[in-house]
Amino acid sequence: MIPEIGHFALILALLVAFVQATMPMVGAHRGNQAWMAIARPAALTQFGLVAVAFGCLTQAYVTSDFSVLNVFQNSHTAKPLLYKISGVWGNHEGSLLLWVMILSLFGSAVALFGTNLPPGLRARVLGVQAMIALGFYLFMLLTSNPFERLSPVPLNGNDLNPLLQDPGLAFHPPMLYLGYVGFSMAFSFAIAALIEGRVDAAWARWVRPWALAAWCFLTAGITLGSWWAYYELGWGGWWFWDPVENASFMPWLAGTALLHSSTVVEKRDTLKGWTILLAIVTFSLSLLGTFLVRSGVLTSVHTFATDPARGIFILGLLIVVIGGSLALFAWRGPALVSTGVFQPISREGALLFNNLVMTTAAAAVLLGTLYPLLLDAIGGGKVSVGAPFFNAVFIPLMVPMIVAMAVGPLLSWKRADMKPALSRLWAAGGVMIVAMIAVWAVETDGPFMGIVGIGLAAWLFMGILSELAGRIRLLQGSLSESLSRLRRTPRAAWGMTLAHLGLAITIAGMTGAGAWKVESIQAMKPGDRVSVAGYDFVFDGARSGTGPNYSILSGTFRVLRDGQLVTMLYPEKRVYNVSQQPTTEAAIHTTFLGDLYAVVGDEDETGAFVTRLYFNPLVGWMWAGVLIMVFGGVLSLSDRRHRVGAPKKRGAGLAQAASA
Amino acid sequence: MKTGPFILALLLGLLWTAPAWAVNPDEMLADPVLEKRAREISKGLRCLVCQNQSIDDSDADLAKDLRIIVRNRLKAGDSDGAVVDYVVARYGDFVLLKPPFKGTTLVLWLGPAVIGGLGLWAMIAFLRRHSGQGGGQGGGAQAAIAKAASRPRPPPLTDDEKKKLRKLLKEDGP
Amino acid sequence: MSKRAIYLVPLSVFLVMAVYFAIGLTKDPKIIPSALIDKPVPEFSLPPIDNGAPQGYGKGFSSADFKAGEISVVNVFASWCLPCRAEHPFITKLSKMNVAKVYGLNFKDTPKNALKWLQELGDPYDAIGADPRGRVGIDWGVYGIPETFVVDGTGKIYFKYVGPLNGDILENQILPVIEKLKR
Repeated sequence: MIPEIGHFALILALLVAFVQATMPMVGAHRGNQAWMAIARPAALTQFGLVAVAFGCLTQAYVTSDFSVLNVFQNSHTAKPLLYKISGVWGNHEGSLLLWVMILSLFGSAVALFGTNLPPGLRARVLGVQAMIALGFYLFMLLTSNPFERLSPVPLNGNDLNPLLQDPGLAFHPPMLYLGYVGFSMAFSFAIAALIEGRVDAAWARWVRPWALAAWCFLTAGITLGSWWAYYELGWGGWWFWDPVENASFMPWLAGTALLHSSTVVEKRDTLKGWTILLAIVTFSLSLLGTFLVRSGVLTSVHTFATDPARGIFILGLLIVVIGGSLALFAWRGPALVSTGVFQPISREGALLFNNLVMTTAAAAVLLGTLYPLLLDAIGGGKVSVGAPFFNAVFIPLMVPMIVAMAVGPLLSWKRADMKPALSRLWAAGGVMIVAMIAVWAVETDGPFMGIVGIGLAAWLFMGILSELAGRIRLLQGSLSESLSRLRRTPRAAWGMTLAHLGLAITIAGMTGAGAWKVESIQAMKPGDRVSVAGYDFVFDGARSGTGPNYSILSGTFRVLRDGQLVTMLYPEKRVYNVSQQPTTEAAIHTTFLGDLYAVVGDEDETGAFVTRLYFNPLVGWMWAGVLIMVFGGVLSLSDRRHRVGAPKKRGAGLAQAASA
Repeated sequence: MKTGPFILALLLGLLWTAPAWAVNPDEMLADPVLEKRAREISKGLRCLVCQNQSIDDSDADLAKDLRIIVRNRLKAGDSDGAVVDYVVARYGDFVLLKPPFKGTTLVLWLGPAVIGGLGLWAMIAFLRRHSGQGGGQGGGAQAAIAKAASRPRPPPLTDDEKKKLRKLLKEDGP
Repeated sequence: MSKRAIYLVPLSVFLVMAVYFAIGLTKDPKIIPSALIDKPVPEFSLPPIDNGAPQGYGKGFSSADFKAGEISVVNVFASWCLPCRAEHPFITKLSKMNVAKVYGLNFKDTPKNALKWLQELGDPYDAIGADPRGRVGIDWGVYGIPETFVVDGTGKIYFKYVGPLNGDILENQILPVIEKLKR
């Protein structure tokens, strides 16, 4: 009964979305207040209905109702509750339901808190949201219904892929979708602006919280995926340029460009057409990711089970949404007039340069990801485009940008002089050289890129600090004066500073993890000792055991340094009962300079166990850096200026809007 | 889905069943220099039955076989290039994770540079037009404003909106 | 380029991409074309399956067998491969037609399991070579069995099919190739 309620709720949501997609748009065009006002209740009703549908599916999973085909395919009674729930979105149909739920949630947020948007704009934004939702409802109801029944009812299910039965991965899709859908808001705002023919500072200020929130979620979502890969896959890898990883990275690159570009629109009334295009492109790349994952055109570890009918439908959706929006852009874009002027050497110039590099990078990743498909389609044979290509293309692009990132904040708007800006970076230059020499001294045989990476990270870190020091007039007046300036620094400025500092730390972490990793693979008997990067790993043997739905082989390591015990490590190898699929649970001990990482494998005929022991330098810096970046973004979001006259981010508990 | 059983069958056939464990100690060569070369070569060869992994990372049987073959060729004295050619002769360019630079991949390798170059050119052209120094080919703010005046205007701001705009712009920060 | 025309660029780029996606939907990214098409059969010699008797089970085969001027089909199979079981009746059918020599390459199998499989389903092959370590299979570029090769009279590999054969594929792909080579 309950799945049928969920199914019915979904159909109703489709109908409501249809109304929300048409009447407010017509109303905005004709200036009909009543029709425009329909948007708000429609958005709220839509969310309510989808939430009901989601609740019904969750209920089916939690009660292990195997008469629902989706539950049978992806769940099992022995699964722990957390994974019964996360199993709801760990498959194609359920994840689509999560998508539309978040889409309608954001729509309701605009409806509830966007009271200061002009009614015409709000009506159009909600209308476009509903159009996107409409596409997804049709897709689900026609090709991917999560509530399909199964008869006769089997006793138990197929279980969720063991790799997905993991806390990090349980939250990876929701975070990502919050990011993708957040950018759909920027998209809707862009379409609304194109229809109205007006992009101005107010528009940029309204869009910013949504784009920023989306960016925070997307950054967190991508990082969750990387973090999971690091501790789960058993050799410390965290990024593979897999097509679907790229599909999440491209919107991130475009979204970062969008954030920077919208600042220019807000402050200087220029780069309008470009910013609108970025808003469209960012969401289009998110939709493209959906296509790549679910249509079967690419091989990837992430792909859901494929079906040509689904592929065709999504392609149709892409053509309507992306093609339609780009056609609108081609038609209405030229009407957007920019009045701001600026010299090439200026803050705007630097932001434009950032945009150039980010977009080129996104285009390069897109080209590499799609190339096998493109070549095959024209009959040019099959070719693989793997990590070596992406690293060769992406890293050189990032170098000039990181260099510029330290200079940009020091340039003034409209017209700036390079010499004074560069001279303020003397400290950054000095720190960079010292860092590079230090690295070369410690890791003389290491790769050259290791030295470059740390150098760039040091340059950026010190450069941002130099900018902050300059802003608070450090060493130019009294200390208390500087401190009071520090306190008065607006949150948005703090956000920028922290985000860039976080990036510098992340770059250092990525460099360390990539350049100086130490690996040792061997067969060990109890009592054997192996030395890795100055640490001694002593193997104390392995034991068998059982978990909730798997059997365990659990190993014990004592890690010593200079004879002192540093930590105990307990790596596991699990075999899940239902699927008989093995997974590794690495044991990781994080230190400031790197991670100690141990994996235990099978026993051989001699009673020795295969063990893999690693020292992964600076990995913790990667995660810490990203946390700081996201925190910077959240801080920026909480800036008062975003609350005034702008739709509030839901659940953030911010102050009232309108009145200053 | 009637294609389901077929896909399942194909997958079962395509995947060697017994899982191995990426590089195992029993595969590793005694000579550390050769072993290092083997690892580097393996990292550049694709596992054909996996989803986008190298044979160095993969647990599949085919990956293990190829890893052993790579090591055997190295022991026999082949250079790195010869070992790679050996595998490519059997499986084609598809097995290379770094696409070779040839006619069919020209667009791929030159693409990013071309896109970057086009972007740079567009950026420079834009800067020339919008740098506020009059003259030049159709550039300058004056020309832009003049063009704007002749285009269909967007609806003018209402008084209410003008007030809100003024309030918002007052809060300009650094 | 006029200003208006630039605004059309994103749309045009996207439409071109959409066309490629549409074509891509008809293709299977997991199928890898053979690198050995139009190349001579690799040098090899496979013994017959070891059934305990000194001469082994039936005949093995080698690269020399392909130079005799006859069209040959080489089918790579194993007892642990489920789709091989599904395609077995069609291999038998092909063999009975006598339009080409049908060789079996027993890939990464144990003699005991292979013999049991052949006994249960029947032996459609003119000769079977045992490749327990899979090295010869790898020389042929085998990555996912069952795979079926068609070799022409001069010993060049002409065609490869990856996946289990069925009536449709036999009629529309394998037999026409054999027909063509006969002429």
